[in-house]
Amino acid sequence: MLQGGLRGALNQSVLEASGPQAAKVERLWWIAFTTAAIVYVLTMGALWFAARRARRRELRGELLDETAAEPRMTRAVTWGTAATLVILLLFLGADLLVGRTLSPIPKKQPLTIEVTGHQWWWEVAYADTSPHGRFTTANEIHVPVGEPVLLVLEAQDVIHSIWVPNLAGKKDLIPGYTQSLWFQADTAGLYRGQCAEFCGLQHAKMALQVVAEPRTKYEEWAAGQQKPAQNATDPVASRGREVFLTGTCVMCHAIEGTSAGSHVGPDLTHLASRRTIAAGTLPNTRGALAGWIVDPQRIKPGVHMPPNQLKPQDLDALLTYLQTLK
Amino acid sequence: MSDHTTSVDYVPTSEPYDREIAELEETYEAHANPVWAWVTSVDHKSIGKRYIVTCFVFFILAGLNAGVMRLQLARPENHIVGPDRYNQLFTVHGTAMMFLFAVPVMTAFSTYLIPLMVGTKEVAYPRLNAFGYWTFLIGGVFLFAGLYTNTGPDAGWFSYTPLSGPDYSPGKRIDIWAQVVTFTEIAALVAAVEMIVTILKMRAPGMSLNRIPLYVWSILVVSFMILFAMPSVAIASTAMLAMDRLVATHFFNRAEGGDPLLWQHLYWFFGHPEVYIMFIPGLGFVSHIVETFTQRRVFGYPVMVLSLFVTGFVAFGLWVHHMFATPIPQLGRTLFTAASVLIAVPSGIQIFCWIATIWAGRPRYTTAMLFAIGFIVVFTIGGLTGVMIASVPFDLQVHDTYFIVAHFHYVILGGVVFPLFGACYLWFPKITGRMLSETLGKWHFWLFFVGVNVTFFPMHLLGLDGMPRRVYTYLPEMGWGNLNLIATLGAVTIVASVAVFLVNVAKSYVAGIVAGDDPWGSAGLEWATSSPPPAWNFHPLPVVTSRAPLWEEGDEMPVATGLATDKREVLITTALDAVPDNRHEHPGESHWPLVMAIAVGVTFIGAVWNPWAYVVGFVISAVAFAGWGWPRGTKPEHQVVPGRIPSTEGRR
Repeated sequence: MLQGGLRGALNQSVLEASGPQAAKVERLWWIAFTTAAIVYVLTMGALWFAARRARRRELRGELLDETAAEPRMTRAVTWGTAATLVILLLFLGADLLVGRTLSPIPKKQPLTIEVTGHQWWWEVAYADTSPHGRFTTANEIHVPVGEPVLLVLEAQDVIHSIWVPNLAGKKDLIPGYTQSLWFQADTAGLYRGQCAEFCGLQHAKMALQVVAEPRTKYEEWAAGQQKPAQNATDPVASRGREVFLTGTCVMCHAIEGTSAGSHVGPDLTHLASRRTIAAGTLPNTRGALAGWIVDPQRIKPGVHMPPNQLKPQDLDALLTYLQTLK
Repeated sequence: MSDHTTSVDYVPTSEPYDREIAELEETYEAHANPVWAWVTSVDHKSIGKRYIVTCFVFFILAGLNAGVMRLQLARPENHIVGPDRYNQLFTVHGTAMMFLFAVPVMTAFSTYLIPLMVGTKEVAYPRLNAFGYWTFLIGGVFLFAGLYTNTGPDAGWFSYTPLSGPDYSPGKRIDIWAQVVTFTEIAALVAAVEMIVTILKMRAPGMSLNRIPLYVWSILVVSFMILFAMPSVAIASTAMLAMDRLVATHFFNRAEGGDPLLWQHLYWFFGHPEVYIMFIPGLGFVSHIVETFTQRRVFGYPVMVLSLFVTGFVAFGLWVHHMFATPIPQLGRTLFTAASVLIAVPSGIQIFCWIATIWAGRPRYTTAMLFAIGFIVVFTIGGLTGVMIASVPFDLQVHDTYFIVAHFHYVILGGVVFPLFGACYLWFPKITGRMLSETLGKWHFWLFFVGVNVTFFPMHLLGLDGMPRRVYTYLPEMGWGNLNLIATLGAVTIVASVAVFLVNVAKSYVAGIVAGDDPWGSAGLEWATSSPPPAWNFHPLPVVTSRAPLWEEGDEMPVATGLATDKREVLITTALDAVPDNRHEHPGESHWPLVMAIAVGVTFIGAVWNPWAYVVGFVISAVAFAGWGWPRGTKPEHQVVPGRIPSTEGRR
């Protein structure tokens, strides 16, 4: 599916691989599927043959030659079993081979991104050698095309599982454990992923996007993300900033460059640069944002964000401010 | 029982025989009040029947849950139920299907059939048997009471911690889940003990190990598996999860030195063998159906039996394949992959043996036989996808998606429910004395066969298309709508087929063709008594000289006489050769098993709200124990007289 010139924005197919990890599994699937289909057809063929033979014998009033039948059946079952064993061992070999090539990370110091699972969103932190270079975003992972990327996985509350099918298989995020997962996107584009381990009420709406772009564009994006939020200049946006900082928003959200510093919910420093809100549930438009802020429980029942009753002009100002957070 | 004559004419209709039967009637006479008779019954057939019916009731309720889920998922962003209700529905669906249907229904059938198949008068520990049923019933009612009062568990049938822990699942929902699991584990464990003893020590004289029917073997294997698998989950859920929630222990809390992965290991150490615990009896059913309707002994008996044992052993080496996405060392994963791949071999061998039997036999395509063939057709797909997901790289793509949902429904519906429906058609005449309608049966089969495939085949594609399981809805842009709609239409077909089955059972129970003792011309001992059998099953006991006694011996079956008829005496035989060894008097009717089950109920249900329930339950149990074991007094001739071990006339 093409969207905005980018590949597969909402595609979660295992069979449309876009990276070496997923591609190898895709190949393994086709091998397994073909073998399974042949085995199935042969088994059903044997069943059909057996039933037809028995029926024909009965119609013709023939009797089974018992002395010849026993060794024949023994032979048939033995060959069937031997074939099963050989096929299974071959499959085991193929599996081990694929598993071996998938495991090692093919780079000494790959781009490392820490992903933390929360009920029901993804915290994404870009590690860097200097503390100033470190930045945090949510539900959107930007990576350079054609380079291996290492995800370091943790969970804040319950077990989650990160899965972007076009790129790689899934890995659980378990509280108290640190796991890692590497992948590489071979084509520039958007790749959708979703939480795969049941994690409570809004497990269904805990998605994320991987944005793969050429190195220069990625660096441009990263540089933008490292900066604190712009100061609001126009009066409506300033008013919106005040609504944000004096309301309940600051209880959970952070905006770098302001006094809002809570990390219970997603970091909003560059909210306007993201494609979606509410963990891949809604497009990041002014209308969707308004609906989400006023009544998140209608969109994601059970979500930890409370409804916010704002005066129309306050909401309007707040939206204007949030949209400046590029 | 009105009719206790047998078609196999091994009994001289002499006056002493009539006197013995009259005495047995008196010995086994139930209480005059039918309600009290029902409450106090310890007859394995009475318990077995109500066990089967109860399991099917839970099957239907859990199936209706699935129906609502399918309606909700038929379209994207549907609003039939919200996430809270949906999570309860799928949790109770899974929990009930596994703990209240698939495993106990096998217990239920074996409770009814095993004593008949091994040719004994009663099940071992009849009061324990009654207790097991009552415990199971209380647990099952508790679960659905929770669901219908909006307190249904909602963390999935494997309730991973910390989601199911006190921090992320406040309220009583998970406590109910943990206790329901324990109720059913107790029921399964006591049934396993009864089955092992019945099979090893109470077989008819002459039924040496190499003459045991295949279903009996399957139940023996499964009972041993239950003994090793169930304690793991009972400890995990009752001892650890419930205590974490109730008295703030920290078994699964990483911050306090516990470990959430410990839960997964304990759970799947039970959970994977569980799959085989429900599936192996299904294999036993298929063997009997194929044998009966091809009129030929199943080919490769020793290999069939060994396959059951191999499956039972290897089943304990697979559990980590549910956890490939957690931190597991590479070498460990390889081991579990290899075991998961190779467990396909024994299943394959059995399928080949059945096909060979069909080839050599004279197949009659009754409904039961169709279900056995349907089993091969459907289950094989589940088996093949099972091999695929043994591969770690592939599993990491489809784990926790609808591909897995499709896989295990093919395995469980194919491997458990198809054989089970076949078994219903095969043994309904024995249990009720009437035949199920074959016309309705064919409708039942075809609707079910089509329904299962239409529901679950598209789910493979949905999984490959990236749809995770346990989602209450999905976005329209994902393009999953049409396949989900097809699956929902399939679910409607399944509902229709089960409705046909229920109509068939109701109609046939009242007005079905009278079956007679052996309507199918079967080989097993259960057909050597009347339909339904008398309370004492056999008198005198049959003596077995081959693996297919009714086919080999025909009308001249040898018998063993000499068991007392003025008390509930059963014959104990040796474990290997089934040589008469001893005689044992069984206790009669009692209400104490029910009182004991209520004590267990008070303990576990009460403990959801207050730990003091354990103390109260302890006191009631002590009273129930005393009543249960209160000396009955012995009739003077009760002593075992070595010289009076029953003679086994006609034994070779």
